[in-house]
Amino acid sequence: MTEQDYYEEIIIAGFGGQGIIMLGKLLANAAMIDGLEVTYFPSYGAEVRGGTANCMVVISNEPIASPLVTSFDSVIVLNKASCERFSPRLKPGGLLLYNSSKIGSVIPPVDAEVLAIPSDDIAVELGSPRSTNMVAIGAYLQKRGVIPLETAVKCLEKVLAKRHHKTIPINEKALYKGAEFAKGLLAGQTVK
Amino acid sequence: MSEKILMCGNEALSEAAIIAGVDAYFGYPITPQNEVPAYMARRMPQEGRVFLQSESELAAINMVFGAAAAGKLAMTSSSSPGISLMQEGISYMCAAQMPAVVVNVMRGGPGLGNISPSQGDYFQATRGGGHGDYRTIVLAPGSVQEMADLTHKAFELADLYRIVVMVLADGLLGQMMEPITLDHLKPIKTKAKPWALTGAKGRKQNIIKTLLLQGNELEVLNLKLQEVYRQIGDEQTRYDTYQVEDADIILVAYGITSKITRAAVSKARQKGIKAGWVRPITLWPFPSKVLTELAKEPRIFLAVEMSNGQMVEDVRLAVGGGGPVLFYGRAGGAVPTVDEVLEHIEKIMLPEVMKKA
Repeated sequence: MTEQDYYEEIIIAGFGGQGIIMLGKLLANAAMIDGLEVTYFPSYGAEVRGGTANCMVVISNEPIASPLVTSFDSVIVLNKASCERFSPRLKPGGLLLYNSSKIGSVIPPVDAEVLAIPSDDIAVELGSPRSTNMVAIGAYLQKRGVIPLETAVKCLEKVLAKRHHKTIPINEKALYKGAEFAKGLLAGQTVK
Repeated sequence: MSEKILMCGNEALSEAAIIAGVDAYFGYPITPQNEVPAYMARRMPQEGRVFLQSESELAAINMVFGAAAAGKLAMTSSSSPGISLMQEGISYMCAAQMPAVVVNVMRGGPGLGNISPSQGDYFQATRGGGHGDYRTIVLAPGSVQEMADLTHKAFELADLYRIVVMVLADGLLGQMMEPITLDHLKPIKTKAKPWALTGAKGRKQNIIKTLLLQGNELEVLNLKLQEVYRQIGDEQTRYDTYQVEDADIILVAYGITSKITRAAVSKARQKGIKAGWVRPITLWPFPSKVLTELAKEPRIFLAVEMSNGQMVEDVRLAVGGGGPVLFYGRAGGAVPTVDEVLEHIEKIMLPEVMKKA
């Protein structure tokens, strides 16, 4: 994915505790290891527990001008408030990937691809409710096909604090499960 | 090959300071630079060095003064309102010719302002900031990599010239992460410090003070400082340029704004506008000469800042009557986008193109 021009502005959002910041760092690390240019920018400061959290990731094969973006090629949202806040800022032709366990059906304001991933339900089925973020990122990586799933898995030990390293196997599983679900969904879409 | 790591600007500058050999960090928390004290709190004890969270910014800067007077490499970091509180101490340190590094991760102002990125402290940083006739070297990183590289450089320069060096960054550079390398940074070679307060056993006592009441001793100190500043101007002025040779319009910007404007310059070129770019890396000493030279050809200059127009005054001084110097800025924590800057370039240049045709 390095010979062509590639430029993607991504926002990842949800509420505090859903692993939003960790997800952004995972994606940014994976992009870096894949040889791409990347910036990561978190919402910072006046955040409270239970409030919203978001981070912006820009991935490109050219140097990136600014990590702060106002419209998005990809919106990954894990709760309703974030979906309402950020889906209006999708670029035409962009991707809206949302946690359909928490968010009812969404009609994006622009012509965009929509992936409804029941990431909470899938994570619960796996016996690891907190891995909902991993399900979402797995689905995202599968859909985009830019960064290999294995690269993201390799980055887990980098972005997880040492005390959480015992959760790596289950998070890895959740990531692949999300990818699998997206694959099924996408296959269905092409038939339709 | 050197390993790339993903780090935010605040952490990158912290690790660079540790590599350079900082002996002591003193600071008081304030957003958006809290990753610096957090990082230092963890790493400095690991290295057997001093981390101390002070009771205030005034205490922090005076602890830096004390550590520097003892011949140690010391630093502090803060954000705009906190840096204002430190100005008295910075003035004292400059009078006493104390080497030290002060990092300002600027936020929106005036007043307590907000926690968003800003470049509103340019005047304060480049004109001394506190009372009296002094300067600090001011380095303006333009990327996370430079947050590390220029903080490392700051220790070298502080030690070399016995001066306070300020690293002037902003909330965006502090918070954003980019892949960087640190492998090329090494501990700095420090100069001997016969003036340091190390206990006067076996030698004459050293005195470090800034109250000079006898005869013309204060004027003598002033002249000595000015000589050092002249030397720094000759030896340490740094800048970067991009596509300036044939440019009709030259954008001048520092810090994160320089990244944004450089992208706008590339886009303008694609549209057939001959745009160029100058990025001051040292804000003091300001790279006036390169602008004076460029102004010998008929050109328009456009300063872009996250302020209501501060650096633009230095651009005007450098360009003199050599060409129009225009300004575009956002303030109060707002960040200009690439498209916004591009639009501004087009607004200026399209009438120019029409005139020529």
